[in-house]
Amino acid sequence: MTQKKIGDVILDVKNISLSFGGVKALSDISFNVKEHEIRAIIGPNGAGKSSMLNCINGVYKPQEGSITFRGTTFKHMNSHEVAVMGVARTFQNLALFKGMSVLDNIMSGRNLKIKSNLFMQALRIGPAQREEFEHRAFVERIIDFLEIQPYRKTPVGQLPYGLQKRVDLARALAMEPQVLLLDEPMAGMNVEEKQDMCRFVLDVNDEFGTTIVLIEHDMGVVMDISDRVVVLDYGKKIGDGTPDEVRNNEEVISAYLGTSH
Amino acid sequence: MFYRENGQFKTTYAADSQIFPIAQDRWVILAIIALAAIAVPMVASTYMFKAILIPFLILSLAAIGVNILVGYCGQISLGSGAFMAVGAYAAYNLFIRVDGIPLVLALLGGGFFATLTGIVFGIPSLRVRGLYLAVATLAAQFFWDWAFLRIKWFTNYAPSGSVQVADLSMMGWAIKDPADKYLFCLAFLVVFGLLAKNLVRGAIGREWMAIRDMDVAAAVIGIRPMYAKLSAFAVSSFIVGVAGALWGFVHLGGWEPAAFSVDRSFQLLFMVIIGGMGSIMGSIFGAAFITLLPIFLNQALPVLGSAVGVEITTAFVSHAEFMIFGALIVWFLIVEPHGLARLWSVAKQKLRIWPFPH
Amino acid sequence: MGFFLETLFGGLMTGMLYSLVALGFVLIFKASGVFNFAQGAMVLFAALAMARFAEWLPQWLGFNNKIVANLLAFVLAGILMFAVAWLVERLVLRHLVNQDGAVLLMATLGITYFLDGAGQTVFGSDIYKIDVGMPKEPLFIWENVFQGGVLVSKEDLYAAVIAALLVIALTLFFQKTTTGRALRAVADDHQAAQSIGIPLNRIWIIVWCVAGVVALVAGMIWGSKLGVQFSLTTVALRALPVVILGGLTSVPGAIIGGLIIGVGEKLSEIYIGPLVGGGIEIWFAYVLALVFLLFRPQGLFGEKIIDRV
Repeated sequence: MTQKKIGDVILDVKNISLSFGGVKALSDISFNVKEHEIRAIIGPNGAGKSSMLNCINGVYKPQEGSITFRGTTFKHMNSHEVAVMGVARTFQNLALFKGMSVLDNIMSGRNLKIKSNLFMQALRIGPAQREEFEHRAFVERIIDFLEIQPYRKTPVGQLPYGLQKRVDLARALAMEPQVLLLDEPMAGMNVEEKQDMCRFVLDVNDEFGTTIVLIEHDMGVVMDISDRVVVLDYGKKIGDGTPDEVRNNEEVISAYLGTSH
Repeated sequence: MFYRENGQFKTTYAADSQIFPIAQDRWVILAIIALAAIAVPMVASTYMFKAILIPFLILSLAAIGVNILVGYCGQISLGSGAFMAVGAYAAYNLFIRVDGIPLVLALLGGGFFATLTGIVFGIPSLRVRGLYLAVATLAAQFFWDWAFLRIKWFTNYAPSGSVQVADLSMMGWAIKDPADKYLFCLAFLVVFGLLAKNLVRGAIGREWMAIRDMDVAAAVIGIRPMYAKLSAFAVSSFIVGVAGALWGFVHLGGWEPAAFSVDRSFQLLFMVIIGGMGSIMGSIFGAAFITLLPIFLNQALPVLGSAVGVEITTAFVSHAEFMIFGALIVWFLIVEPHGLARLWSVAKQKLRIWPFPH
Repeated sequence: MGFFLETLFGGLMTGMLYSLVALGFVLIFKASGVFNFAQGAMVLFAALAMARFAEWLPQWLGFNNKIVANLLAFVLAGILMFAVAWLVERLVLRHLVNQDGAVLLMATLGITYFLDGAGQTVFGSDIYKIDVGMPKEPLFIWENVFQGGVLVSKEDLYAAVIAALLVIALTLFFQKTTTGRALRAVADDHQAAQSIGIPLNRIWIIVWCVAGVVALVAGMIWGSKLGVQFSLTTVALRALPVVILGGLTSVPGAIIGGLIIGVGEKLSEIYIGPLVGGGIEIWFAYVLALVFLLFRPQGLFGEKIIDRV
């Protein structure tokens, strides 16, 4: 297997602090993500991992710190702009559009690429029609990739959890992102489903070169597939390095296993 | 047995994303439209045109507009009556002040001004939702109620405060008989219905539904909430405005602001709820239901009453209407939020596998 | 200046009436998170019931004392309102527990229409009088300060006093009694309240009772002043901006919001009205609410609305 080529820093998080009222969710977090790598964020529950992704994504606005994406620095991100810049994400609790079918959910991920305006869509001729079908073809490739063909027209609410997670991933992939933020993509899955999901994540990273930032609790998965790991605990960073380095880090071990007094 | 899709394989995306993918559906819809355009004018009475068919067509159009905003985009609106009014009065002013303006252009112009109003009064939707948004739309309703009553310019300084239009014609075709008016409205409904259906099954429709279902997630995948919400208000108000103009010009002939009061807003909302939120066909079902129910009750209740020996007054019939509407709204919201449209598609599902039970 | 004061008082009195109706809305919203549009119809239903019972009871029971008739009518109407409130909760609201505000709003709109039809069927559609012995003559005060004195309606004064007493009673109830505390707990967090053993259903029934009584009092005052007739659009639609202004979760907000809107409507009609053609009362309250919505959706005293991701 050829060694993956990991590029330069594409995302740089500097001194991010986030509070909700009196609760400090993140304290002075800094780390970077290199292009084409798989970066895992791990930590006990409540450590602030999802909040970190939410900051990168523009869902939360941190009180302090900055985020640099491809050389441009932002005090805080705007969800929509971030998406256009090429950052996509999946959600821990699934944020699918329950009123729509699987196909429509994934197609909605293509919306930021759609150029035709209202009037042309209403008449559905020429360019609007062609565009719709081009995007449909692209989405079908993703559907093939994630093996959800039989469920195209099913309303997402009717699918089992594991399949819904795949649709969530498919929608994120439809955006052709450069960076993919995955929030516990394997949560609630059995061993087979986890293997499938791992395969998908690795394939996405391999085939499309997408940079992956991954929150995950399953240590086996993290150690196997990630290139570098960030460890959070109580909103602070306590570890940063390759899986082996982090595995042997004293602080990380005591955070997970507790220290003996 | 009759409704099977056997042999109807879709080999292109174009075929797969048709409005009516099942061939039988296509035939039935074409047949209905043909019947509506050719057979109905031959057999319907003047009463049927004026009391049932024309209001039904125009209110269907308005309901489609309201459904786009409320059903597809999830933005509650209690101000549709006001947008109908803006459409009607704007069309009126264009009609009488711009010499020789074609009728259709005046009507569409009414829709255009309604669009502008819709966008302005839709701005609160960027900050609030639900009950609070309903209040904002009510502000629009009452403001325009007042404006068309008090700002004399709108009514061309008519002493009575009401306006009339007469001598409607389109490219030489005088629209005078009820049958003519009916066909005129039918044309509008079919054309706008098709455009609306194209919008809701295209990219903008998906944006609207995404905002409705989860607007935070919508932003994260690159949809601009502002554009989606305001475009929903814009398109919805345009259709409702044109419907309002048709209502005033074709159905009423002459009107005052009370024709477009908050009761009208509620009526349109009820059509959407009963017919099915998020469904173009549903809007038409809802309009049919609400147009026909009073007439049905008017005939049926006295008969029922005399069967059990109770006298039914006309007052009671209208009270019964209110009670039945109210009860149905509640029933549909609890049991089947997708309204008659869902009941219809469930029936079709059963028909597909008939005579087998499952 | 005398005229200004008259307008001011008139506005305050009307405002008091709005506050009373808004109070009903706020109570139900605080306890159950449901904005019950039907509260308006319930006010009218209550008022109608009272008016008609006061008329019918003497006929049914064969006595002729007006005070007794009114008292009995009040009690009977109260029981009826409780039954209606309980039915609404049971048949409708219980099934729509987790739906979002817009759906609940539309459901209560449906209930309003239903009550409208039912009310008119049972009680009739004419305008009925409620005669609870409120004095109808006007009162002139401060005659030595302003020439001719300032005209104040005695009836409005009585109404204001009754309303004030009601508010004080409610405040005491909420702050000082155990049930009141339980109600506030439920309003804050249903699940937490349940987990410490507060019986949710019983609390809701109490809330609906209280709201029903408030509705009845409001209906009585309104009916005594204006006569009772079912007009769907009147009551609830007038109270809605009050609730937005004051804040959906605030009892003092409902009072102050009502007063502000009552006074604002009158003053704006007198002083701004002539400039733009008059009759701005129909939209003043709503446009004011709209402005609040854009800059401070939670109203003057409401809790900040947080959108959780």
